[in-house]
Amino acid sequence: MTLLDAIISTGGALQRHKLRSCLTALGIIIGTSATITMMAVGAGAREQVAAQVRSLGTNLMIVMPGNANQSGVRLGAGAAPSLTDEDTAAVDREIPSLQVISSVVNGNIQVVADAANWATSIYLVDVGYLEVRDWRVASGRAFDPDEAVRGAQVVLLGQTVARELFHDEDPIGREVRIKNVPFRVIGLLAKKGQSALNKDQDDVLLVPLVAGRRVLGHNQVKSRAVAAILVKMREGLSMNKTEEDIRSLLRQRHQLQPLQDDDFTIKNLSEVTSAQEAGARTLSILLASVALVSLATGGVGILNIMLVSVTERTREIGIRLAIGARRKQILWQFLLEAVGLSIFGGVAGVVVGFVAALIISQMAHWTLIVEPWSVPLAVASSVLVGVFFGSYPALRASMLDPVEAIRSV
Amino acid sequence: MIRTEKLTRRFHLGETVTALEDVSVSIAPRDFLAVIGPSGSGKSTFMNIIGCLDQPTSGKCWVDGQEISALSSNELAAIKNRKIGFIFQHFNLLDRLDARENIELPLMYAGVNKRSRREIAEIALRLVGLADRARHRPAQLSGGQQQRVAVARALACSPKIILADEPTGALDSKSSGELMDLFHSLNEAGRTIIVITHDARIARRASRVIRFLDGRVQ
Repeated sequence: MTLLDAIISTGGALQRHKLRSCLTALGIIIGTSATITMMAVGAGAREQVAAQVRSLGTNLMIVMPGNANQSGVRLGAGAAPSLTDEDTAAVDREIPSLQVISSVVNGNIQVVADAANWATSIYLVDVGYLEVRDWRVASGRAFDPDEAVRGAQVVLLGQTVARELFHDEDPIGREVRIKNVPFRVIGLLAKKGQSALNKDQDDVLLVPLVAGRRVLGHNQVKSRAVAAILVKMREGLSMNKTEEDIRSLLRQRHQLQPLQDDDFTIKNLSEVTSAQEAGARTLSILLASVALVSLATGGVGILNIMLVSVTERTREIGIRLAIGARRKQILWQFLLEAVGLSIFGGVAGVVVGFVAALIISQMAHWTLIVEPWSVPLAVASSVLVGVFFGSYPALRASMLDPVEAIRSV
Repeated sequence: MIRTEKLTRRFHLGETVTALEDVSVSIAPRDFLAVIGPSGSGKSTFMNIIGCLDQPTSGKCWVDGQEISALSSNELAAIKNRKIGFIFQHFNLLDRLDARENIELPLMYAGVNKRSRREIAEIALRLVGLADRARHRPAQLSGGQQQRVAVARALACSPKIILADEPTGALDSKSSGELMDLFHSLNEAGRTIIVITHDARIARRASRVIRFLDGRVQ
């Protein structure tokens, strides 16, 4: 009896009870599809987090004014105007591990171009801003240092703003008016997509800090204040060390006493993303539990149906033993049937999992990535379930007494 | 061909039942032996032991020179497969296989390849006069035809010994007569035939008769 003979015979046995075979395999189908979906969700979430980190800028650290715990009254970060251009300059000067730095002041304005107008965010930034954010200019050019210093009235448009103001026309060289002051469009920013907080990062205008301040007309006290200092570190350097260096430098500059709280907040991007990773991990653990439980339940289903099958076919087993089947061959016959069921469940589960992943990614707008190796893993785990739960019924079949078995109805 | 020495078989069903006691029989090659006796006299137990389906409680049994209690389960399987062809009262064909596939079954366990299996099965079907029923399932055949398929299956591995346990018990007299003719021609071709039967007409056609009563040979 070759393996092929055994497999053909197994196929016949399972086909004879199609509905029963399908129902028995259902547990395995659910388990396997949960495994596939779980891994697709996990991989997708990791990729999404990585993409968001990339879109914010790599090796990025953000220093914001104010502290959540100032003078006993909890204010949000950024509530107190404690950071200034001088702080930016000092950090740039004193911290050797940073690659580039930029102050940022932000606001909301109405921008007008000919007949069209659009409410959007305006960022007042230094020359280094695009490098900090790993942002490219899609067409045109960025500010040059000279424009930044003298406050030239030039502007970079985000993709969304450009579309709203100029539709399909080329915006480069055109004029837009911000608070009635004309700015010349010198560049169009590359598309960045949504941020971690689902904010459209392309709905933005970038203007040089000096020019922007002039137009927005901040009062004298706040004139040198910044809303954030963005720091990009050199590759491979410790974020924590740099964070501490910046902290002690700013504390010294702000003349804070040892027991006094910081009047600024340093945000490290790994903190921002770790929460999302934790969320994805929770979902993965949940799905993994579902997968495990349903694989085990499916396995018990196989155990159950194989015991029924052995009982039903006791006479067949007796006949086979009487005409010269070895006990091992009977064992293999029933083990193959159990494994056949679980493989069927595994393969069907991979298909169902694939489709489920597709549907989830459509409905929930999640990125789902079905890793190629998850398919053999899912099928292998279902085979394992088949072998584990199929071995007891198969062993029972092989141990039957032929005389009694033949006599049974 | 088959020899037993003080063969005893006891069953423990609450109380101990002795089905076979001190049975010493010698069956020569090419014998046509009829085993008769009332129900419960031990003839089926005797048949199961010499057919290697059961083991004696004590005593010895030689099949074609091999003492069976000394053999492993795999060696016993090989004897059942190659040396003995079993025929049962209720045919015991597998319902979901057709006639040819049923006949191929022992050949499959003998490790014969698919093409040879098919050829041998066709030959065996011709021998029992059912060449045109190869693709019929047992349910589509008459009792006599099913029993002839069972004979063809028993013959598939060309065993030296045919063991038949009341083979005509479920057949009408015409089919019984045809089956006995078949046994006779097989016997003439050199096979040892052992038939358990209630039917005195069949016993009369055997070359030798042994009678069981209460687990003993008379």
